Amino acid sequence: MRKSGILERHLNVLFPLPAVAFVVVMMVFPVLYTLFLSFSNWNLTSGMPFALVGFRSYLRVLREPRFLDALGRTFSFTALALTAETLLGLGLALLLNRKFRGKGFMKLILLLPLVATPVAIGIVWNLFYDPTIGLANYVLSLFGLPRQAWVSGAATVIPSLALVDIWQWTPMITLIVLAGLAGLSPEPYESARVDGATGPQIFFRITLPMIAPTLLTAMILRAIDVLKTFDIIYAMTGGGPGYASETLNVMAFKYSFEYFRMGQSSVVLVFLFLLVLTLSALIMRLRRRFEL
Amino acid sequence: MKLHPLRKLGFVLVLVLIAGPVLFPFVWMLASSFKTQVDIIAWPPRFLFSPILENYRKVFQEQNFLKYFINSSIVGVTAVAFSLLLGLPAAYSIARFKQKKLSVLILVARLMPGISFLMPWYIIFSRLKLMDSYAALILSHMLIALPIVVWIMSSYFETIPVEMEESAMVDGATRQRAFLSIILPVSSPGIVTAVTLSFIFSWNNFMFSQVLSMERTKTLPIAVYNFVSYAEVDWGAVMAAAVAIMAPAIILTMIFQKYVVKGLTMGAVKG
Repeated sequence: MRKSGILERHLNVLFPLPAVAFVVVMMVFPVLYTLFLSFSNWNLTSGMPFALVGFRSYLRVLREPRFLDALGRTFSFTALALTAETLLGLGLALLLNRKFRGKGFMKLILLLPLVATPVAIGIVWNLFYDPTIGLANYVLSLFGLPRQAWVSGAATVIPSLALVDIWQWTPMITLIVLAGLAGLSPEPYESARVDGATGPQIFFRITLPMIAPTLLTAMILRAIDVLKTFDIIYAMTGGGPGYASETLNVMAFKYSFEYFRMGQSSVVLVFLFLLVLTLSALIMRLRRRFEL
Repeated sequence: MKLHPLRKLGFVLVLVLIAGPVLFPFVWMLASSFKTQVDIIAWPPRFLFSPILENYRKVFQEQNFLKYFINSSIVGVTAVAFSLLLGLPAAYSIARFKQKKLSVLILVARLMPGISFLMPWYIIFSRLKLMDSYAALILSHMLIALPIVVWIMSSYFETIPVEMEESAMVDGATRQRAFLSIILPVSSPGIVTAVTLSFIFSWNNFMFSQVLSMERTKTLPIAVYNFVSYAEVDWGAVMAAAVAIMAPAIILTMIFQKYVVKGLTMGAVKG
């Protein structure tokens, strides 16, 4: 038996050490720093000296209608996009879950929105949504419908932005569910067919329960990413018109890098990552529960 | 089982109805990139037009997009390379020593909103005089690439039987030797997946570069974004820029299609 060296004996520490050190320096430390700043009044433009003010920044932010609106908007944007993506994504996966010629090509088409640069996608959709020259209003006019303001109208901006997210990310759910469906065992289906079960019965009694863990994990992953949506909103509307499309992420960005109110922006960030952490904890629960 | 011809036709129709809306924005972007401003702002929208190359000339000559292309490539390639260097041993250790806590840390790094580190980074990098430096951008993009590499590779290493390195170790090789010369070579499909995906996500990232880079290190997404903020939008040129920025990611996806699908879906399906 050969003797193992120092590196080999401590491989389980030394191998992950550089990566862990990197994540601690670049993520854990900044997050703690943000938490610390959220208890301060730090503002790069006010000229006030740095001071720790306890929960005062929290109280100020929580009382601000702009924050509460952004919070509500973040939820409604997420709910809208996530519901549509789940239903559409599941539907498409069920339609495509069979052998056919060109299936690989179809998957490639579904992949394209997922790898497309979001900022550029946002700009392309801005051309569609342009109130005077855009295709969106042209299509409406073909059906004799009145013109819409799309992203330039306070009432229509959130659904219009959600539509872009739905276009870009529905295929993600479809591909995940397709992969899940491919792994199902055929036995329950055979016995169901022998028993003369109908299509909806098969779907609700067999397919849905079997892919539920996959679908649920996909939904939570999507929920986290939709909550964090930044690129398309910032590129398409910058949070406008007015504050009509300002979500927590966009608000935190503006507070940090346009107004330089670091203390208050940290408060918004703390709320944002509490939301994300809660959802992440849910994912880990699910993974343990279903041994995913 | 043979399908009835009518049902077969119906299914083809379904495929077209799915593919159409997915592809349309790409087609419209590509078409508009060859249009004159007059053709673009025409009402009703023009589906037939005589194509021009002027927009691409503008993007690459007047706007100097080649420079931003190079910046994006430097940042993406370096960030992915360092992420492999740090991530592969970490992923191996997580897979072989069942380090659940570490894998949770990496998952949290993948899920955390980027902006929650960006504000502190901005402060720290300003103090260190590292704003508008490749170093700051590469470090920030590593936080995109590293979780993807570890995430994908730790699941991949789990699928490799332990006997592979054990037999080498019986023959006298150290574990790190076995990792380098036996495990890594058979893991190339996983590595291809990790590299492709992490490069694409770095390439597409907007928020980090928007804050940390200025004229010298500006990456493509910022260049495209700044292009639109001019008073009157030159739509043709903007669409040409959009085509240029998406082309590399799309070409990579076409080449490595299977790997990309696997990488994107493995978060929810046991890979």
